[in-house]
Amino acid sequence: MKLPARIAAPVTALALAGLTATGCAPQTSDTGARTDDKSGTLRVWLFQEVNNKPKEQVVEEAVASFRAEHKEADVKVEYIPVDTRAQRIKAAFNDPGSAPDLIEYGNTDTAGYVKDGGLADITEEFGAWAEAKDADPTARESVTVDGKVYGAPFFVGVRALYYRTDVFEELGIRPPKTQAELVSTAKKVRKARPGLYGLAVGGAYTYGAMPFLWANGGELATESGGTYKAAVNSPQALEGIEAYTSLFGDDNCPAAKCASMGGNATVTAFASGKAAMAIGGDFSHAAVEAGKVKGRYAVVPLPGVTAGSIAPAFAGGNNIGVLKSSSHRTLAVDLMKSLAGKETQGKLFDAMGFLPTYTDVRARAATKEPFVKPFIDTLAAETKFVPASPGWGQIDASLVLPTMFQEIVSGKKDAATAADDAAKKMDAAFASAG
Amino acid sequence: MKRTASGPQTPEPAADRAGAEPASSSASCPDPSASDPEGGGSATARVPAPRPGAGLDAGTETGRAAGRKPPRRPGAHGGRTPWIYLAPALVVLGGLLVYPIYQLGLISFLEYTQAQVSGGEPTSFQGFANYTALFSDGQFWQVLLATVVFAATCVLATLAVGCALAVLLTRVRALPRLALMLAALGAWATPAVTGSTVWVFLFDPDFGPVNKVLGLGDFSWTYGRYSAFALVLFEVVWCSFPFVMVTVYAGIRAIPSEVLEAASLDGASQWRTWRSVTAPMLRPILVVVTIQSVIWDFKVFTQIYVMTNGGGIAGQNLVLNVYAYQKAFASSQYGLGSAIGVVMLLILLAVTLVYLRLLRRQGEEL
Repeated sequence: MKLPARIAAPVTALALAGLTATGCAPQTSDTGARTDDKSGTLRVWLFQEVNNKPKEQVVEEAVASFRAEHKEADVKVEYIPVDTRAQRIKAAFNDPGSAPDLIEYGNTDTAGYVKDGGLADITEEFGAWAEAKDADPTARESVTVDGKVYGAPFFVGVRALYYRTDVFEELGIRPPKTQAELVSTAKKVRKARPGLYGLAVGGAYTYGAMPFLWANGGELATESGGTYKAAVNSPQALEGIEAYTSLFGDDNCPAAKCASMGGNATVTAFASGKAAMAIGGDFSHAAVEAGKVKGRYAVVPLPGVTAGSIAPAFAGGNNIGVLKSSSHRTLAVDLMKSLAGKETQGKLFDAMGFLPTYTDVRARAATKEPFVKPFIDTLAAETKFVPASPGWGQIDASLVLPTMFQEIVSGKKDAATAADDAAKKMDAAFASAG
Repeated sequence: MKRTASGPQTPEPAADRAGAEPASSSASCPDPSASDPEGGGSATARVPAPRPGAGLDAGTETGRAAGRKPPRRPGAHGGRTPWIYLAPALVVLGGLLVYPIYQLGLISFLEYTQAQVSGGEPTSFQGFANYTALFSDGQFWQVLLATVVFAATCVLATLAVGCALAVLLTRVRALPRLALMLAALGAWATPAVTGSTVWVFLFDPDFGPVNKVLGLGDFSWTYGRYSAFALVLFEVVWCSFPFVMVTVYAGIRAIPSEVLEAASLDGASQWRTWRSVTAPMLRPILVVVTIQSVIWDFKVFTQIYVMTNGGGIAGQNLVLNVYAYQKAFASSQYGLGSAIGVVMLLILLAVTLVYLRLLRRQGEEL
């Protein structure tokens, strides 16, 4: 009977150590750079896309044009897997010694990374950069925190309504013009074709649900004097939440299956022919093309509340930022300009279909590739962005909004209570993130 | 304790202090035992020298009694010799167990998020703020309750299935025994993520064979709270019963056959034999597998994370470990996550101690 003693010993040791050790603190790294070398190797981390070759080619060209002007600098580009980017980038912040100089990052992470002390403030350089004048306002907002700029927009991603042309034709219906019509069309299709979801929706598909909220005049949060306050429980937002959650049910998308779906699952359902409509992004194009429904679908902007209006969409996308720890700041900013410049973005659209962040480049893209027109129309109408608070990362990671939608569609709470609870959690996150 | 990021200090590599820490704790440890050479010495002096007249049994009895009576002091001979022999083990234990637990405890008292780790903001001492935040979070208590009930059910189910199959193994012929062993080892060897994914597929409402066989139509197992927990329970039992089965089987094999024979001569039923003969003789083994199962099942992560998609609809299937992961890593609140870890550690220690105490009261030596 020795076990308690064996357990007690480390516990006592722990208590003793805790009492005696006052000089030790857990690791904190210093991400501030001390030098600004004008030569040497620049390291770049970009995301590894599903089909990465064309991206690599475009990036190589951009790097070559940078090298032509900066002969003394070398550039090493690494492609990191999207799944593990959060860990990789956190690790880079923790260990400046092995961190790259430039990173590509998801634009919803901007505020969080800034708070982490990871990104360099490049307001001055961005302001003096001629091409940046044409960056669209939402893209600009996605690199801005508290009025300072922390990177250059790389591309934008936006969602619209995919629908099955063959099903619509057979049933003699047309793409919906208003949000109410969208709901009724979805239910009409489901009634006529019980094997299909009318509109594939997901309880965990936050960015598919947001347009409903915004179209009704709701907001995720409102800002005043630099602090955010949750607004998901406002009457307008509630209207949107109710419109979205009304789509979960046996008359469209049964809650038992759809409550747990995220964005990818809804697009997969559409691509495999199990749904008549879905909210998908321009970046979902390849997945849908590879599915069963190839050649039998079209895309229109997601309708707003009034006829002919477009519901405000979430402007997703990626940015390129300079790390605060970079010891080649000037060179890194120049390389960033080359990678996120108009020429590269134009080529990147041709190669990968990523929508450019410059309004003029985007307009040119639309004339080349008619498929992107509904997405560009959506961008032109109105786009919204998540609150530029470091608290957003926490809200996103702790699944506050998916939980809210799931509580409503599974009947655990009514919309008002669930929204109030979500607002409380959001406020706590905004407060703790400062 | 306060450390700001403004000064150009170098990040302290964990290994540096990992080496220093156990050294100091092992240096402070010998003192109490060394200060008491008399009592320990006289007690153990008796052990190796049983009185000539006494039989073997009596000798071990006195030895045990003598060893137990004075509080256990390892430094019996007053010298450093035992500590020199123990030093390698202590260094390893200190480095791998005490130091991480110490860091866990320390971080749980700090405001320590990604911003502090990467130097965006200074680290500050928060006292019990993380614990207060945790205990005032209603969700934590719900999750804790769900975890305790779920883990208890898993332990009971695993032990029942494992023991039943172990007994079955002793009753069947070589070929079916081999088949059962292989099946169990296959389940044991399957990585948790793979096992979970396969189980989710088997129970998939659209494509899963289970619903087809049972005629459940498109019933979604992961939608309801209890059906989702039940599904995870099946998987947990499936992947952890082989350990119980193999260990208990080995234990049964080690029971002298005369005892079992005597029981059957006395006309004991199967159940009676298990309850009155096999189980008591297997007690040390059962203790080990129970504690193991409690610890495993309390810490279930992969199965819940994979099968219920990170905690189920609206977090209804969260268990403590997944909850801690969400807090600590997904939202980078390492301080709060550490507080959850400390609470979990204390709960597991308490459960284990209470369990051992209960057993001891029943007069059983380990």
